Amino acid sequence: MSRLFMGRLRELLRGWGPRLKIAGTIAVLLIAMALLAPLLAPHDPNLVDPLQPLAPSSSQHLLGTDQFGRDLLSRLLYGSRTALLGPLVVVVISTVTGAALGIAGAWHRGWVDALVGRLFDLAFSFPSMLLALLIVTVMSPGLLSAAIAISIAYVPWVGRLTRASALREVNEPYVEALRLQGFSTVRICTRHVFRNISGVILAQATMSFGFAMVDLAGISFLGLGVQEPTADWGTMINAGESSIVQGHPQEALYAGGALVLAAVTFIMIGDALSERFESSVDEGALRRLFEGSFRFGRRRQPQAVPADAAS
Amino acid sequence: MTSDADALPPELEAPAGAGGAAALLTIPGAGLLRPTSQLGSRLAQMLLTALAASVITFTALYFAPGNPLAVITGGTPTSPRAAAQLRAEYYLNHSFPAQYWHWLSGVLSGHFGTSFLYHVSVGSLLSGRLPTTLLLVGMASVLIVGGGLTMGLLSAFAGRRSNVAINTLYAVSIATPTYVVAIVLITIFSLYLNWFPVFGSGTGLTGRLHHLVLPAVTLALGSGGALARVTRASVLEEASREHTITAVARGMTPAQVLRRHVVRNALLPVTTGAGLIVAALIGGDVIVEQAYGLNGLGSLLVLAIERKDYPVVLGVVIVIVAAFLLINALVDILYVLIDPRTRARGA
Repeated sequence: MSRLFMGRLRELLRGWGPRLKIAGTIAVLLIAMALLAPLLAPHDPNLVDPLQPLAPSSSQHLLGTDQFGRDLLSRLLYGSRTALLGPLVVVVISTVTGAALGIAGAWHRGWVDALVGRLFDLAFSFPSMLLALLIVTVMSPGLLSAAIAISIAYVPWVGRLTRASALREVNEPYVEALRLQGFSTVRICTRHVFRNISGVILAQATMSFGFAMVDLAGISFLGLGVQEPTADWGTMINAGESSIVQGHPQEALYAGGALVLAAVTFIMIGDALSERFESSVDEGALRRLFEGSFRFGRRRQPQAVPADAAS
Repeated sequence: MTSDADALPPELEAPAGAGGAAALLTIPGAGLLRPTSQLGSRLAQMLLTALAASVITFTALYFAPGNPLAVITGGTPTSPRAAAQLRAEYYLNHSFPAQYWHWLSGVLSGHFGTSFLYHVSVGSLLSGRLPTTLLLVGMASVLIVGGGLTMGLLSAFAGRRSNVAINTLYAVSIATPTYVVAIVLITIFSLYLNWFPVFGSGTGLTGRLHHLVLPAVTLALGSGGALARVTRASVLEEASREHTITAVARGMTPAQVLRRHVVRNALLPVTTGAGLIVAALIGGDVIVEQAYGLNGLGSLLVLAIERKDYPVVLGVVIVIVAAFLLINALVDILYVLIDPRTRARGA
C-alpha cells in the first residue's frame, strides 16, 4: 500500500508549480519541527515560572511567556506534535473506513449500497461539528477521543467521494475482464479499482489532513480535546484569549498563526492535487462574452461568437 | 438513495472537512424534490431522520460514562431514600426504552425534560438562549449571501487571473478557523480600536446587535469564501454553455443574457450551496459563541457537555438537528421555485 502511494506521490510531484513547492517545503519543515521539538525547544514547555507571567519577548524567552510563565516558543514547537499527530490518526481512520465502505457500496450495489447510503445520510443530518462533540461527550475528553470523533464525522465524506469515483471504475470493461479471468473480488477492488482511484483519495486525504487540524484544534479550543498542561495550539488559543483583554494577545496570535499556516499548507496541496482529477471550467467564458459591454454604458452590438468560446 | 447519489452533479461533489465550509458543497439528496407527490414523502423522510437522530443521541448519552445522580446532587452525599426519590423525580428508575418513550412523548407535547444541573426545565433554558443564536446566525447569513454572491459574480468577470487569487483567498479563509478570526478581530477592534465590546451578549435589541457585529462577521468570514467560489464556478459554467452562446447570437443584450440565461441557471447550485452553508452555521456557531462569551445555544451545549448535564445536551442537539433538516428542506422547496423544470417533471 505504501509503495503504491509513494509511486503516485512521485508521479504527482512532477510538474509542481511554485505555489505547491512552497507549500511542500513548509509541510516538510513542519514535520521536521514536530520530530525535532525536543532538540529545538530552548526550554521545557511545561516549566512554570511564576516570576515571569506574560513576559514580552526577550533573549531568554524569544517569544515571551504565557500566563504561567511558560516559554511560548517551546510550547509552539511542542504544539506541532499534537497538531500533526491528531490529523494523522483522523486521515488514516477516515480514509481506510470511508474508502472500504465506498468501494463496497459501488461494487455490490443492492442492499449493501442502500445500507451504507442510509448510514451516510443519517450522519449528514448532524452538522459535523455537532456529531464530533456528541462523540467526545460519550468518550471522555482527550486527543484520541477527539481524533476518533472527527474521523467518524469525516467517514461519510470520504465514502461518498470514493463511491462516486469507484462507480465509474467498476463499470469499466477491464473489471469485467478480470472477473471473467477468475480474480477474486478483494483482489480486483484493492489492486485495480482502488489503485485507479487512489489519486482522488490521496488528494482528499491531504485536504482532510488540513481540515482535521482545524477541527481538532477547535475541539481543544472548546476545552474538550487536548488537556492542559500538554502544549497544543488549540488550547493555547483558548488560554491566550483571556490574556487578550489584559493587553497580551501574543500567545493566542502566535498559536493561531501557526495553526493557520499549517492548515493552509495541507489544504493547498490537497486542492492542487484534486484539480488534476477534475475537468476545469472555461475561465474566460463570461469575460469574453461581455467583453467591453460594461464600459461607459455603451451597448455593444451582438457579434459572432469567438471560435474558442464555442469549443 | 442509490438513484439520488447517482444524480448528484459532479461539480457539487466537493472535498470534506467538518468545520471547513468546503464540506458543505456536497448535497445529501438535495434538489431531487418533485413537488406535491414528493413533498409528503420528503416530509416523512425528514421526520424519520429526526427520529433516528434522536434515538442515536439518546442511546449514546444513556450509555455515556458518568452517574446522572451525582450530577443532580452536585456530588454531595445523599441518603438512599433521597436518592430513590430523586431517581423517581428524574425518571431514572425506568428501563431504557421507557425512558426514551417518556422523553419522546414529552418532546411532542413541548417538554424537553429537566436539567440535571440547573433543576429547571430544558425548554426554558433553550428558549432563553435561542434569541442570541438566531440573531447571530441570521446576521451572519445576510453577510454571507450578500458578500459571497457579489464576490463570486465579480470574480467571474475578472477571468482567469482571479482564479489563483480567489483560490488562495478561499484556502486561507476556510483554513482560518473561526476562533482564530475571533482573536484577531477582538485584538484589533476591541483591544486597540475599542469599537466593540469584548465579551457578552448585551441587552435590548440595539445592545444585542452591537455585541453581535464581530461574532457575525467572524462566522461570515469563514464560509463566505465558499459561496463565492461556488457562485464563480457555476456562473462560468453557464456562461460557456451552448444556450448562452445561442442567446448572444440571437441578439439579446448582455444584461438580458446575464439575467435570464447565466444567473438564472447558476442560481440552482448557488442556492444549494447557500442553504448548506447557512445550515452549517448552526454548528460553527458553537465555537463562535464560546470565543465571544455569548450566552446562546452553543455555549449552553459546551457547558452541558463539560458538566455531563445530558438532558440539556439532548435538547440542544435535537433543536440543532431539527433546524438543520428544516433548512435543507427549505432549499429543496426553493429549488422547485427557481427551476420550473423540476415541477414539469413531477406532473
